[in-house]
This record gives sequence, C-alpha cells and structure tokens, in this order.
Amino acid sequence: MIDPASGLDDILDVVVEEGQVLQVGRVERKKNEKPANEDRVIDATGKIVTPGLIDMHVHLREPGREDEETIASGTAAAARGGFTAICCMPNTEPVNDTASVTEYIREQAEKVGRVHVFPIGCISREQKGQELTEIGDLMAAGCVGLSDDGKPVMNGELMRRAMEYATMFDLPLLPHCEDLALSAEGVMHEGRVSTELGLQGIPSPAEAVMVGRDILLSEYTGAHVHICHVSTAESTRLIRDAKARGVRVSGEATPHHLILTDEAVRGFHTNAKMNPPLRSPEDVATLREALIDGTIEVIATDHAPHAHAEKEMEFDYAPFGIIGLETALGLMLTEFYHTGLLTLPMIVARMAANPARILKLKHKGTLAPGADADITIIDPDREWIVEERDMQSKSKNSPFIGWKLKGQAVMTIVAGRVVWETP
Amino acid sequence: MTLKRKDLLSIRELEPEEILLILDTADSMKEIGSREIKKVPALRGKTVINLFYEASTRTRTSFEIAGKWLSADVINIASTVSSVTKGESLLDTGKTLQAMRPDVVIIRHPAPGAPKLLADRLQAAIINAGDGAHEHPTQALLDLFTIRERLGRLDGLKVAIVGDISHSRVARSNIQAMRKVGIDVRLAGPSTLLPRFSEQLGARVTTDVEAAIADADVIMMLRIQRERQGPTLLPSLREYSRLFGLTVERLKKAKDGVLIMHPGPLNRGVEIAPDVADGPYSLILDQVTNGLAIRMALLYLLTGGHATER
Repeated sequence: MIDPASGLDDILDVVVEEGQVLQVGRVERKKNEKPANEDRVIDATGKIVTPGLIDMHVHLREPGREDEETIASGTAAAARGGFTAICCMPNTEPVNDTASVTEYIREQAEKVGRVHVFPIGCISREQKGQELTEIGDLMAAGCVGLSDDGKPVMNGELMRRAMEYATMFDLPLLPHCEDLALSAEGVMHEGRVSTELGLQGIPSPAEAVMVGRDILLSEYTGAHVHICHVSTAESTRLIRDAKARGVRVSGEATPHHLILTDEAVRGFHTNAKMNPPLRSPEDVATLREALIDGTIEVIATDHAPHAHAEKEMEFDYAPFGIIGLETALGLMLTEFYHTGLLTLPMIVARMAANPARILKLKHKGTLAPGADADITIIDPDREWIVEERDMQSKSKNSPFIGWKLKGQAVMTIVAGRVVWETP
Repeated sequence: MTLKRKDLLSIRELEPEEILLILDTADSMKEIGSREIKKVPALRGKTVINLFYEASTRTRTSFEIAGKWLSADVINIASTVSSVTKGESLLDTGKTLQAMRPDVVIIRHPAPGAPKLLADRLQAAIINAGDGAHEHPTQALLDLFTIRERLGRLDGLKVAIVGDISHSRVARSNIQAMRKVGIDVRLAGPSTLLPRFSEQLGARVTTDVEAAIADADVIMMLRIQRERQGPTLLPSLREYSRLFGLTVERLKKAKDGVLIMHPGPLNRGVEIAPDVADGPYSLILDQVTNGLAIRMALLYLLTGGHATER
C-alpha cells in the first residue's frame, strides 16, 4: 500500500465501508476464514494499492462532440487507466461558461460516469477572452478550477482580473500558456525537424512568455496558478524560479511531452500533432528533471479525443491532440519507474496526492481513514500492448498504439465499488 | 536498372545511386524532344493524373507534355483547397481517383506531407510536384541535370542558393540533392528568411550574399514569394532587392562564367535583374526544357521502365 499523503509505503490492508476508508493496517485473520460482515475481500498480494489516480486535464467532448467522446466513454477510459477522478476542460459545445453547463456535466456524470468528474469552468464568457464568467456561480455549481484551455487568454488585463476575482473563492487558474501571435500558424515545434519537413513551427518562447506573464500576475494578485501541460525548458526554469520566490504556482506535464520528441512527427504522423507540440530532446530532458525534482508536481494527460477522419488528414489540417487516459500510468511506470527515474510513491504523489491538493479535493488523493474509498490497484510488472481494440475511449488517436508497456492498473475502485477490472 | 520504389515523395528518401539513375534516364529521354515527331510508345495505355491543388503553369504543363510524349493518357485536375471542413477530403479524392485505376498520380498541394498521405494508401505511383515548404523533388532533379549537362560533373562543385530559404521547397529539395551528389551548398538570405535550425539542412548559412557567391560555380536565385510572407518578415521588396538582388554589379563579385539558375517564375528587378536573367550564363530556360526530360524519366521509371546503361 502506497499513500504518499500519509507517508505510507508498506504491506497493509485497507478496510472500506460505505464508500469510505475505515481502517488502514494489518487485519489479522486465520487461513480461509471468511468474516461474515465483509462483502468482498480483494487479494492484492504482489500488487500496489494506491489512492485513486486523478487526471487534472481531460477533454470529454460532451456536450457537443459526442461522436468523439462522451462522459460515459471518457470515464470508462479513465477507469481502465486507473483514474478514479478526472477534471474536464470547458471547451465543449457549448463551452462550460455558465452554471447550467456545469450542472449538466455533473448530472450526466452522476448518471453514466464510471469515475468522479470535476468540471473546470471558463475564465471568459464563450472563451472569447473579453469578459469574465460568473466565477462564483461556476464554483457553486461544482467547478474546481478555471481555464480557457485551448483558447489562451491573450488579454493580460482580463487575466489579471480573473486572478484577482478567483482569489475570493481560492479557485486555481489553469492557463494554457501560448502567445498566439508567436505561435502564429505553427503546427509543430520549431526546431530541426520542422525545418526539415517544411512545417510551420511553434517556437518555444510562444509558451514561455505566457508562463512568465502568468507567474508575474500570480505574484501580483496572489492567485494560485497551475500551468497546464508544460513543454519547454524555458517554462520549467521560470516555474522553478517562481517557486523559489514563494509564488503560488504549480505545473503539470503530460506523459507524451515527457517521453516523445518532435522526431515523432517525421512521416507527418498526425497522432504526433498536439498543442503544445512535442518538443526537442533537450526540452524533454529538462522537463524530466523538473518532474523528478518536483518543480513539475503533476502528471496529467490532456486526453483529447478526435474522430478518425479528422486525424486522417494533411498534417496542417489535422486537429491538435491525442488521447491519454488509458496509457498514462503504463507509460509512466515503463519509462520512469522501471528505469529507476521515479519511485512508486513519487509517481503516486504526482498522479493522485498532488492533484487533490492543488484542486482542494476533499478526502481524495489519500487512503487515510475517512478518505473516499477511491482506490487503484496496480500491477507494476504486468506487460501489455497498447491495442486499439482494447480502448474504452471512443477515439483512438494515440501515438502509443502498438507500444509494449510494463505496468497497468488491474482494478479501479470508486467510492468502494469496483468500476474496472482488467480481464 | 530500375527504380525500386513505388513513389517519388522527396529527395531525402533517395539514395545517390537513384538520383544518378534518374539523371541518366533523363539523358536518353531528352532527345525525344528534338525529334520531328515527339512521341514514343513507352507509356501507351498508362493513365497519368495531374492533381493540382495550387496554381501552377510550368510544372503542370511540363508533366503533361512529358506524359504525352511518352503516349500516356494525361488528365488534369485543378482544385482549390478553399475549405478544409467543407467538401471532400484529400484522402477521399485519392480513393475516388484510385477507383479509376490510374498508374501515376502527380500531386501538388500546399500542405507538407500531402503526397505521402496519398502514397501510403493508394496503389498508384505518387509523384510529389511540390508540397508546401517541404519538397519539390522533380525541380531539384532537373536542376542537377542542368548543371551536369553544362559542367559535365556534379561532385566537388559549389552552389550558392539565395533568397527565402525558410519557405522554399525548391531549396529543401536542392540542398538534399546537391549534398547527395557531392556539391558544396551555401545558403544566403535575410535572417528572417533563413530557418533558425538551417544547419540541420546540411548547408552553410550566411546573410552576406557576396560571400556566398564569391567562389560559387552556380548561383541559384529563389523567388521572393510575397504572398507567402507576412509583413513581419521583410520591410520591403525594395530593400530586399538592394541587399540580396542579383545585379550585374553584384555578379562581378562572383567567378567569371558563373552559371545563373532560377526555378521561376521570375520577379524581374526584385531578386534578379533582367540583364542577369537574360544574360549569357543564364540557364533559366534550359531548366524548363530539361524539366521535360526529368519528368519523362520519372514517369517511365515509376511505371516499371528499365534504364539503359549510360
């Protein structure tokens, strides 16, 4: 059992009652004894029991693009990936900029969702970057953070006011940092590969200048800023410096930005097209260091489903984004745990405890008594191949299809109920 | 010898021997153009489709004539990529054409990689006639052919390519092609039009055009494509012309008898002065003529033709 929030890493039993953790410890029992008052005993010998994983950055596409993903299919993908809670970004159709959309998502998740869904509300109405949303209403309806993800807030004054306003509710802002003038019409990282392929590049300062702006505004307003999908060396440097000064800033990185480089675009593979783009090997090395030293506290997927036909396009015209819920844990275990770069408690901290802390999700991200019984059971040595036909997500746009991974969630438990069991 | 590939998508993928095979085949094709009856039956019964998503006169006409001289049935399709969301996708268009059993589909498209998208999924041979800023392989091949024809060799030559390197598919293909046959390439242009990572292209880079052309055997001027460049890249064509235009005056800094090339169409008085373009060392019209031979050679080789030993 690994629970970084309680500092536990030991062989222990977890007793769950009424959807909550009742007790963590050693439950002594004679061989073959089956206590009458227990519904089910799960033998996790040789496995790792952790607080349910939390993905802070998911696009569920419902409402609006149910052909690509629904709350039902997206949460099924989350359950398979070992996630017991996910945050859904507001760029749906309509966007989540009013309490009624937030309520719709919450109700739908209640009805058909396999895991908890925590909506992120828009910073600006219609994500147009002009007027503030009714942030108080959004929070009352259940939003746990604010973002215009995918449509960066270019208006610095609006961002400043959003931060000031959000401090009243202590809601974190989750900016997608991109200076749209600098990224221009870019479709991939500006570097050696874009030069060779003749594809328009997105220079790394397009991200970092906005990370810099938002850090300065956070410092000025006192708002908590969580930088989404950090991808460049410059951004990690800015975040590290800001943290050292005590600025309320945190950051996340995606498995794909930690594992793939812009080399993956060669051959014009549209499943290597995402925003921010896959960066240079130097950026990836720096991002890895930042994840290991804790500058980057969270691993999030930026799960972005897209219809097959939309990705089967000229690279320039294909949409940005890949799915990630079902591969994130396996990739992190394969590339970081089995290589010795991160310990299991470090991975669990970045995928459960830290997201819960940043989003102030009560009773989540830990298995301390009284916590919600959201539990992920991981077999760190299970070898498996990423296959399209196993995907629970409605979309299959992953660059990792065919990859052989080591480590997988074998059971996902939400509020004491088993929502996924690996066949 | 035959060309052991289904498609011609880029120079990058070609082995040096394949480049020489294409040039040698073009050598034997060139003579067809000087006959009174310009027709041989090599591609009789073969269907060639010119699928052009960008305006083009010389490349499309060149492929069409090349196909017709070889007796292929050549069909031209001009289309605009006005809307990505409306209308048929490139892949659907490709599949529709495939159902009509063409042997070769020649595609020009504004998006890099578009020919590869078709090549991966269609049985027909795909020839890239220019894909965005990526590659224009037949242009590079005809340029090498023209240089070799005039100078008798390629290995050890020095070529300066001047202009907008960033947005130029001609430059990308030529740099690759020239390096593969032993030519030393140097690039010159304004710093905003040189790629930040141009060393990746394998050529020396300078903003000093006179240094670049000083010991060159060939100067290749690129077209300034104002329509492709936003107003942030160049202050004015006048200043560009003053700093980088190839004038008779500037040519005095180069070697005597240096050859002048340009892929066309020309902006006379911008990147190249009229008296240079029309001067004795200009190969600009030879390039056009040789384009036919190169494209005949490719159509022939990609439909299974065998090259004669040189």
